[in-house]
Formats: sequence, C-alpha cells, structure tokens
Amino acid sequence: MTTTHAPAATARRRRTPRTWVKSGGLTALAFALPMILIFTVFSWGPIVRSVVMSFQKTNLLQPAEFVGFDNFIAVLNDPLLGTAVLNTLYFAALALVMGFPIPILMAVLMSEVRRGKGIYSALAYLPVVVPPVVAVLLWKVFYDASPNGVFNTVLGWVGIGPQPWLQSQAQAMPSLVIEATWAAAGGSIIIYLAALLAVPPELYDAAEVDGASIWRKAWHVTLPQLRGVIFVMLILQILATAQIFLEPFLFTGGGPVNSTTTVLLLIYRYAFQNSLGGNYGMATALSVMLAIFLALLSWIYFRLTARWSTS
Amino acid sequence: MIEDSRGIVSEADLRQPRVRRGMRVVHVFLSVTLVLAGLGPLLWLAKAAVTPTQDTLREPFALWPNGIDWANLSTAWNDIHIDQYFFNTVVIALGAWVFQMLVATTGAYTLSVLQPRYHRVLGSLVLATLFIPSVVLLVPLYLTVVSPPFLGRDYSLLNNYLAVWLPMAANAFNILLVKRFFDNLPREVIEAAQTDGAGPFRLFWSIILPMSKPILGVVSVFAVIAAWKDFLWPLLVLPDPAVQPLSVRLPAVQSQTELDVFLAALAIATIIPVVMFLLFQRVFLRSAGLGGAVKG
Repeated sequence: MTTTHAPAATARRRRTPRTWVKSGGLTALAFALPMILIFTVFSWGPIVRSVVMSFQKTNLLQPAEFVGFDNFIAVLNDPLLGTAVLNTLYFAALALVMGFPIPILMAVLMSEVRRGKGIYSALAYLPVVVPPVVAVLLWKVFYDASPNGVFNTVLGWVGIGPQPWLQSQAQAMPSLVIEATWAAAGGSIIIYLAALLAVPPELYDAAEVDGASIWRKAWHVTLPQLRGVIFVMLILQILATAQIFLEPFLFTGGGPVNSTTTVLLLIYRYAFQNSLGGNYGMATALSVMLAIFLALLSWIYFRLTARWSTS
Repeated sequence: MIEDSRGIVSEADLRQPRVRRGMRVVHVFLSVTLVLAGLGPLLWLAKAAVTPTQDTLREPFALWPNGIDWANLSTAWNDIHIDQYFFNTVVIALGAWVFQMLVATTGAYTLSVLQPRYHRVLGSLVLATLFIPSVVLLVPLYLTVVSPPFLGRDYSLLNNYLAVWLPMAANAFNILLVKRFFDNLPREVIEAAQTDGAGPFRLFWSIILPMSKPILGVVSVFAVIAAWKDFLWPLLVLPDPAVQPLSVRLPAVQSQTELDVFLAALAIATIIPVVMFLLFQRVFLRSAGLGGAVKG
C-alpha cells in the first residue's frame, strides 16, 4: 500500500528479498511460523472447510459432490431437530434460572466476610477442579433411583419419597442442570469476586455520607458496578449452554425418549453414530446454522447491552 | 488480595449488634453450603472408594459398617489398567502444554515485539477464531486428522497424540493473554537489550521469557487443565483403548466394572487435579479471575 502512495519512500528503501532478510523479516517469519501453520491446518482451514462441506454430500468413501442446500433441507426436515432445539432451550433456561444468580449472591457474601475468604474461595472452586467426566459419572451414582440412592437417602431424611431423577422424562433435564450448575458455579464465583475487588471504595464512602443502608449500598453501588461483568457472563453462559454436550451424552445418551437430546448431541449422531457411515454434510450444515444463530445472538446482545451500559 | 479494598458493610455498620448477628449468619451459611457442595461430594467419593459395593448400595452414608476395603484401589489401578490410562493422560497433558507454550510464546512475540508488516492482519485472523463456536470445528477437524494435508493419502493421525496436541495449540485465547503481557513489558529493557546487540532469538529467550513467568504459569495451568478435562475430542481421534486417557476410558469401563472398584477409579482420577489445586491454589484462582478479566 505504501509503495503506491509514496513513490519517494520506495526509491530510498527498495524492498528486495535481501533487504527483507537483513531487516529481520526472515526471523520474524520463523517466529510466526508455528502459529501460522497450526492455525492454518487446525483452525482457519477447518472453519472454511466446514462451510464448504455443509453444501456437499461426503462420507470419506466416495468423492464429495456439491448438493446445494440439500443438507440444510434434510436437517430442517428431521423430526428430531425441533425436539433437540426445544431441549437445548429448556436446558439453557433452567441453567439461567438456577445457575446464574447463585454465583453472584455467593460472591457478594464471600467478599463481605472479614475472615476465611481464602478457604471459602478454595472450597467454592473445588468442583471446578474435578474432571468433568468424573463429576458426571459420580453424580450418576448420586442420582441412583433406588430408595437407597445417595440423593434419595438425603430426601428420605426430610420425609420426601424416592425420585426417579435421570430415569424420568420430566426430571432428567433438571437433574443435568443441577450437576452442570454445581460444576460451573465456582469459576463464576471467582470471576465475580475479582470484579467486586475492583469496585472503588470511594463509592461506598460517598453512599455512607448520604446515609445509605447496607441494602441500598448493595442495590445502588455494588450491582451497578458489577453490571458489565454480569452482562458478559450472561452471554458467555448462553453460548456455553447452547453447545451443551457432555452432560446429556454421559448421563442419559439423550434419553429417556429423547427428552435430553440436545443440538450438539444431534450433530454428534449425524456425524459419528450413523450406521450408514458419517453424514458429515448434515452434521456441518447443522453446526453452521447453530454458529450463525449464536453469532447473530451475540451481536444483537452486545448492541443492546452497549446501549444500556452507557445510559 | 488488595488491602485497601472494602465491601458493602463498613466498620461503622459492624458496630451495630443487628449487623454483627447478620454477619454471623452469613458465615454459617457460607461454611455450610460451601463445605456441603464443594467438599461433600469429594469426601463421599473418598469414602466410597474404600467401601465394599454392598455397603455403598445399602447405606450410602454409613461409615464402613463392614470394614474398609483398601483392595479397591489396587484392583482399579492394576486390573482395569487405570495405571496405563493415567500415564496416557499425563502424556497428553504434557504434550499439549509443550505445543501450547511454543505457539503462544512465539506467536505473541511476533505480534507484540517483532511486529512484521503483516502483524495486524495475522493478529486479527487469530483473534477472529475466538468468536467461532468450537462446534463448527468438530467434523472438519476430525476429517483433517483422519487425512491430514501434505502427508499423502494413506497417512492418518488417528491414535497419534499429535491429533490431540496440535489442535489444542491453535488457541487464540492463550496468544491474546501472552501478547497482552508482552505489550506491557517495559520497552526500555527491550531497547537496552537490542542496543547491547541482542538478536531476536536472544531477546526472546533470555529477556522476554524470564520476565514473563507469571503469565506463562497461568497459561500452563490453563493448558494442563484443558488437556486433563478433554473428553469428546480424544474420544474421536484416539479410538484405540491402549492410548486413551482416563476421561475417555472411565465411561467405557463403567459397565464391566464393579461399583466399588469403579468409584476407586474415579477417586484416583480426581486426586491429582485436586492435589495440584491445593498446592498451586494462588495460580489457579488468579488464572480463573484473570480469565474473567480478559473476557470482560
């Protein structure tokens, strides 16, 4: 670009391969090379390939052929798609209601105590350290539907009868959400704690000069100061729950009667659990649709919250 | 923790008896919920790992009514080959760490310090991948591993640990973290080193990296945890049980394993990350908070 606009500069410093090497161009390229290679093969390439493949019929055995929007039409005509979308929305909504306010409340309380903050943080973070697969398999034992199951025993102490948990269509999804909330809350708590530390003390001092009570300080100082973090955590949680896979895959395999089949589980089945060989076209078509939906959602979300944040 | 920070409740508030009682309630509430939710499941797992199956099934909360069964642990370790899968997990985590560190440090050095003419384009292309949901990558990345480019038709990376290590290294978040840290290093030190005749390699190895230990610690924690946790990807690209990590093997062996031995296996799989966390608590919690700060 500079060469066309500034011929004088070009005349002084002609860029030849030799000057490029001498000015460190080769060394810079050497340092950039691992990143460029890895991203080309394992990130940029697959992203482009995913869009191309969604318009192809391919199963690795025969050469790929372009089929227009056939994959998208096939996905949209799959009777399971509606179920999977509704289940994913249900998971996201439950996770929002159960899981979103808890870490905020816990973090605010934890930041108020004068002693034991370190121990509380460590305890809160412990579930995050447990490998997710181990957590799910352990909770599967907890959810044992027999009267002597771990959770059913606890319910028995307070006089509630045994629950079917994962084995009933009605309770399976809430059970997955409870485990997912338990597994993720600690990470959010630590993030909110860091944000609470950054609240300027002068704001509280000023509120006290005006005679604000504890509740009014929490409502008019703390929450508004956390607003930015809360907005970001909210969209991150929505994006994560829209791609929920591990819990339904390991807890229930999508059952009972597809009551926990999510969009990602459907993509997995198209690609890897197909007796006729992987239907990679349908799998990528559904992934591309999900990605476009999530991109639009985040874009709208950031437009809206940017307006609210500044007002 | 920052000393001069303060919260909602002031010292003056604390002088009121009503507030003091409230704070005591808060303490009790936090202790009870956090011990129950954070420690409870792990303590139960530790207990059940050395309890015979029948006792766990009949009275899940009884403390060893028929004695402790230490043999569960050795059975899990030797007979269902947890030792082998444990070793595989460690190899996967170490390799993922090496490749993530290599790409993150050299990449960030290019973008932050060397800044060749194309660094803006390159930087935006790398950052753009942060906004692509990982689900889009699943199938095409799998096909890339089944038949990688430039290596000929019959070559496949299936059952090769590179298939796990290399995609994990394409991590834009790491590069962003390290680049931000490099951006904030004092330029005078870098310029002084250059005046003293340090070339780009020496500058990288002897000046920049030693000054960046905090962020390298954070990225290391992220890398090892991510590799330890990963499930779906190793399940797809490591179909041979002999090379699979714990996360993939545990669900697979569940149906053929007796409950007490299985719980012992779960406990063994949990102990290393938990001990690592207790040892390096500060790094873990700082990383978690930092992750949030960057997202925000």
